[in-house]
Amino acid sequence: MSDAATSRPAGEVVLAARNIAKSYNGVKALKGVNFDIHRGQVTTLFGENGAGKSTLMKILSGVAQPTSGEIVLDGQPIVFSSSTDARNHGISIIHQELSLAPNLSVRDNIFMGREITGPTGVDYAEEERQVRRLLAELEEDIDPLTPVEELRLGQQQIVEIARALSVDSRILIMDEPTSALSATEVEVLFSVIRDLTAKGVSIVYISHHLEEALQITDHAVVLRDGNMTAYAPRADIDLEWIVRNMVGENYDLGSPPTGHDFGPIMLSVRDLTVPDPAGGGYNVVDRMSLDVRAGEIVCIYGLMGAGRTELLETVAGKLSATSGEIALEGKEISHLAIGERIARGLALVPEDRQRYGLVQTMSVGQNLSLASIREFTRGVFTSLRLERALIQKSIRNVTVKTDGPDVAIGSLSGGNQQKVVIGKMLATDPKVILLDEPSRGIDIGAKAEVFRILAHHAAAGQAVVFTTSEVNECLSIAHRIIIMRRGRISAEFTSDITKEKIMAASGEAVAA
Amino acid sequence: MTQSSANGISSPAAAARGTTSPIKLLLKGRAFFALIAIIIVFSFLSPNYLTVSNVLIMSSHVAIYGILAIGMLVVILSGGIDLSVGSILALCGVIAGALMQGVELKPLGVILFPPVWAVVVLTCALGALLGALNGILIALFRVPAFVTTLGVMYMARGIALLMTNGLTYNNLAGRPDLGNTGFDWLGFNRLFGVPISVLVLAALAVLTGLMLSRSSFGRWLYASGGNENAADLSGVPVKRVKITVYTLSGILSAIAGLVLSSQLTSAGPTAGTTYELTAIAAVVIGGAALTGGRGTVRGTMLGAFVIGFLSDGLVIIGVSSYWQTVFTGAVIVLAVLMNTIQYGARGIRQ
Ligand SMILES: Nc1ncnc2c1ncn2[C@@H]1O[C@H](COP(=O)(O)OP(=O)(O)OP(=O)(O)O)[C@@H](O)[C@H]1O
Ligand SMILES: [Mg+2]
Repeated sequence: MSDAATSRPAGEVVLAARNIAKSYNGVKALKGVNFDIHRGQVTTLFGENGAGKSTLMKILSGVAQPTSGEIVLDGQPIVFSSSTDARNHGISIIHQELSLAPNLSVRDNIFMGREITGPTGVDYAEEERQVRRLLAELEEDIDPLTPVEELRLGQQQIVEIARALSVDSRILIMDEPTSALSATEVEVLFSVIRDLTAKGVSIVYISHHLEEALQITDHAVVLRDGNMTAYAPRADIDLEWIVRNMVGENYDLGSPPTGHDFGPIMLSVRDLTVPDPAGGGYNVVDRMSLDVRAGEIVCIYGLMGAGRTELLETVAGKLSATSGEIALEGKEISHLAIGERIARGLALVPEDRQRYGLVQTMSVGQNLSLASIREFTRGVFTSLRLERALIQKSIRNVTVKTDGPDVAIGSLSGGNQQKVVIGKMLATDPKVILLDEPSRGIDIGAKAEVFRILAHHAAAGQAVVFTTSEVNECLSIAHRIIIMRRGRISAEFTSDITKEKIMAASGEAVAA
Repeated sequence: MTQSSANGISSPAAAARGTTSPIKLLLKGRAFFALIAIIIVFSFLSPNYLTVSNVLIMSSHVAIYGILAIGMLVVILSGGIDLSVGSILALCGVIAGALMQGVELKPLGVILFPPVWAVVVLTCALGALLGALNGILIALFRVPAFVTTLGVMYMARGIALLMTNGLTYNNLAGRPDLGNTGFDWLGFNRLFGVPISVLVLAALAVLTGLMLSRSSFGRWLYASGGNENAADLSGVPVKRVKITVYTLSGILSAIAGLVLSSQLTSAGPTAGTTYELTAIAAVVIGGAALTGGRGTVRGTMLGAFVIGFLSDGLVIIGVSSYWQTVFTGAVIVLAVLMNTIQYGARGIRQ
């Protein structure tokens, strides 16, 4: 590794990790990593779920303390006592899991902990002005006074980014900043990043969207099992290089499963109309109809705010429709509670795993079994043996990387937490599976696995509906691609369509 | 809060794995060690403290708080709070007292003397009703738990005062010729030398413990308290869970009311004032998180015994009741401090 370090191209090192190791209760998340951040350049960190990327970034930004090793800032060893301390040294971080206070407004979140004060207390007007400027820079139309909990996940992510940008830091760490953003929003973010690097700001960028990350990177570093396994400047790398170093082999997202006939219509949605849950006075789903057959995989593509999440949430029973019908295997289910819909074979994997997917106070195993409690209840009591078996099966089915079923869910890496949410709903043995952005935050290997699992379930006669913001995912596995725009179906394609046509139908400016 | 909690928590399960270190062991078993320490200190200070008869007497006092604390635990696990338990205890005690005195049916010109079992059933039903009222307001009408139960606390206390005009029912013994004797059984009788009230507490604790750890309802409860949204989307009937826990808490308050008035052989409208706070204290000392989703019956029982054995011990060695209050407060603060250490102060990021 040291010879790799000496051969690095110009660009003075501003912040460096030297032999950083970190263990959690004896489990080694990082095993002596060296990592350099160059002035005015973008360093991208690649690695599988649980490779230690977030852990390394938490250490560099003062959120966590290393077990051994040191951090070097401008050539001087330094210890950050807290994230505030690191921020005072010009380092800020966008966390993978959003860390916003849902009850506070966008403005108050952005200035949380470093309010601008004037002679009469907090200068709200000035704060608001700055927030407006930041959001305009990010080309996002959000009112600074909206409470964060009323924003879509993607908008919350924008707020998180705006908060990091508002600090004027020299080093900006972005841990999966784009996992909930649309292609257009990503383009805007990239132009912001280019402006920043031109001003000499150093960026660390983490993403599981490999092609996207390649557009912006100057150096790539690959972590694997807590070790740095590869380093190269942009000129020397391509997609294949990343994947090979990340997982040791090449992955293909797969193709739509063939060789089975579609069965009867499993899910039928008729003229569904859903009003804006935030009270915006318009319909987020507007007289939409959709049929999905057994064995079929349907991808719903659309921009943020197209109504995909609301459509799935209404079908699952979380939101209620003002009109329309939802039928599962020909039987109307609109009047049923969520639990009854699950019992009949309808499962939803929600988009926001922290808020809607996981119970943070419970263990990995208890989270996995949460939706199938009835399956292992015999009479009054739950059967520990049956529950164990169910949990073990789920862990294997979705390949969760965990120290066992009894560890706290918060100790898993982001991608593995996502797999737990998927595993939990698959454990209910559904006939219709709805997945809202199932690939959010999972690595390329896991993504291939999730799609393999979905293909397998479809081949076994289940109906699969998933949403995504990545066109490639639609193209790789879906039998049918539905484009949603402003609550309606704007186009419908089979899998032999091109990427450009899909993006055009969704109302998206096609990236050059 | 839910959004940030995944980052940097030193979780209880993770802490449990590393139990080899003595500090962690001490931290985990803190309520247990506190109880042992209290017993040792007071046995030194007074020879009468650690005698079988005194321990049984103290335990029968603990029974009241303990029963209330079990109800409080299930409510707190769901992420709520129940401030009305002390008042429901008093109202149920007073109703039981009134029933024992006989119910006059004016138009018929007769006085009914219901047998004790009927008194017990009616009282528990009243407790359940008041608890369900709490639960329905909180779950279906989304009134915050703190406010709802504060309101019911005042109303129940007020009704108890109205019914008795502020006075106390003294004679609850019943009359053999009316066939309604036996109310003192709960408070005075013993089975194998153990007071009935303590046996009632033990039975309730075991049942609740089983419910929490082994029934699907228990799992629903921990999930709804840990993350209501996620539980809901996983098919947990969150509203039903909430209504049930407040109803349970109401029933347990009624039982505590029966035990207390039986022990005192009187039922007064001011009984149980501030007991809700003692019950909350027991739950917190027992390691439960006030934010919901974390806590056990075993911990709560230890918490109740810590409070009971501490305050009775202070009485025995002759420390003034004012000091007792100070000590109880100190124990509570210490307990919450330890909770923060165990669950990790970083759970809520700065
Ligand atoms: N607070 C914690 N307690 C215990 N173990 C932890 C904790 N945080 C992380 N780990 C462990 O450290 C390892 C690295 O996790 P990390 O979050 O850094 O992965 P990552 O590379 O960011 O993965 P992803 O792509 O899924 O976000 C994992 O095995 C994880 O289980
Ligand atoms: Mg991560």
